[in-house]
Amino acid sequence: MNQQPQLMKHTINELEDIAAQVRRDIVRMVHACQSGHPGGSLGCADFMTALYFEIMNHSTDFKMDGKGEDLFFLSNGHISPVFYSVLARSGYFEVSELATFRKLNSRLQGHPTTHEGLPGVRIASGSLGQGMSVAIGAAQAKKLNKDHSIIYSLHGDGELQEGQNWEAIMYAPFNKIDNLISTIDYNGQQIDGPTEKVLSLENLQAKFEAFGWHVINSDGNDMDAIVKALHYAKSLTGKGKPILNLMSTQMGYGVDFMMGSHKWHGVAPNDEQLAAALAQLSSTLKDY
Amino acid sequence: MKKYTYTEKKDTRSGFGAGLLEAGKKNPEVVALCADLVGSLKMDAFIKEFPERFFQIGIAEANMIGIAAGLTIGGKVPFTGTFANFSTGRVYDQIRQSVAYSDKNVKICASHAGLTLGEDGATHQILEDIGLMKMLPGMTVINTCDYNQTKAATIAIAEHHGPVYLRFGRPVIPVFTDPDQKFEIGKAWMVNEGKDVTIIATGHMVWKAIEAGEKLAELGIDAEIINIHTIKPLDEAAVLKSVKKTGCVVTCEEHNKYGGLGESVARLLSTELPTPQEFVAVNDSFGESGTPDQLMTKYGLDSVNIVEAAQKVIKRAKK
Repeated sequence: MNQQPQLMKHTINELEDIAAQVRRDIVRMVHACQSGHPGGSLGCADFMTALYFEIMNHSTDFKMDGKGEDLFFLSNGHISPVFYSVLARSGYFEVSELATFRKLNSRLQGHPTTHEGLPGVRIASGSLGQGMSVAIGAAQAKKLNKDHSIIYSLHGDGELQEGQNWEAIMYAPFNKIDNLISTIDYNGQQIDGPTEKVLSLENLQAKFEAFGWHVINSDGNDMDAIVKALHYAKSLTGKGKPILNLMSTQMGYGVDFMMGSHKWHGVAPNDEQLAAALAQLSSTLKDY
Repeated sequence: MKKYTYTEKKDTRSGFGAGLLEAGKKNPEVVALCADLVGSLKMDAFIKEFPERFFQIGIAEANMIGIAAGLTIGGKVPFTGTFANFSTGRVYDQIRQSVAYSDKNVKICASHAGLTLGEDGATHQILEDIGLMKMLPGMTVINTCDYNQTKAATIAIAEHHGPVYLRFGRPVIPVFTDPDQKFEIGKAWMVNEGKDVTIIATGHMVWKAIEAGEKLAELGIDAEIINIHTIKPLDEAAVLKSVKKTGCVVTCEEHNKYGGLGESVARLLSTELPTPQEFVAVNDSFGESGTPDQLMTKYGLDSVNIVEAAQKVIKRAKK
């Protein structure tokens, strides 16, 4: 995991600044509609920033088939705020549209969908456990199309309790889907409490390895570590195995009173809490 | 009255297999997925011709639907194949979110629909699938009546953009439609013109309706028979035109009377042209083991049931 990228598009500091702005977007969006899932969104802000601003080869001139591009699939659709923020900040649509999140007539539905034609979204997600299968299908289409781009997917850890994942986890190595990098947001929390208490995932690394995946570990709230991990993951593609990035994060990362607790899984901050959260997130891009 | 005969009997699913091969030859983006039922779905010819375009998923239907949805994103036209029960109820949420709501160009192809799977019994039969699929916004629902029509429909849906549910059966039944027919999605097929009663049938029940029409003719009743192969979108104009003429209607389907073709017709007529209607369908029941013929008789899906329903509805219309 010591692979240094040859040429970075951004410095780590720049990426951290973008991630801070993404976090500001997240708390504002959830506050504005008094609904949504800030905890997991904040925890994945660093990863999503790294992916969209540094790692993926993608075009904001959105085409559904994504031929010649790296594609991303969000399986745990409830962390839509981080997805929307990163898409907007990458240039898929105007940042001002983030203010419509979860409001009537918005393209930014509570859970992402293709139904409203939002650029950057290629599948609906929300009902959990379906994203790995979709990512595998997209990866197999890339292979048929002789398109050497990479498919990325993100899944919650609690989401792995859905059985469809294990159908997909079994299928991918058997069929040598080696253009797929799936990431598990390993924060140990779900709505009803810690995963250890709700339904323990036990040893995820051993489970994925037993199914035939190449598993790497990363710290999902350390930008430098994430970028290195994702470059390393890329270097493992094309070698006959799907790659799993088991990424430790803290739910609510970046806002001290939201961190580490499942209580902020799906709760919106009030006015005071919003102010407190924004005070902790330096206004790096100074535009929202 | 037009006379229908047949020279051979074939299973509708073989029509699917033949159509899939043809669709694959016409369009290199056509791919096929199967959940461990290649033989049942008659996919062998496609696999032999296009091995790299076939995905054996194993016994994992939810994964199959998701992979199919993902394949469409790369421009593929996936045809999934398994029994109707496992094609619909088992994976309803996957179809709803990853296919229908996401408007993915997936063709969900389901064999062994209805009662006539026979001896395997109710766990493998399904009588609710038309209802489940037609309730999904944007889903096209097709139920074909014989080998030739199934083949034509399979080729046609490959050229149609959008999610489709294609339903067909297991048994060997008369082949009575034209081998070179043009299949138009959403366009009813006039089997026989008549003036006394409209008989609207789908799937295996179309042949039963033809048999019933002959019996009715002997009784002096001139039945108009319409094959509704596309249940959604329903050819409303064809139904209304016929019912305006006859003033009464019998719907026939190998499906629960709740949620099927009959209800679609009733909904249309209740708003546009209230008309006496009788339902030849399974009366809110699961199936059971038996031969296809035994089951069709026991559950009231024979031509004799259609004749009785026609006589009854004509009487009601004259009141």
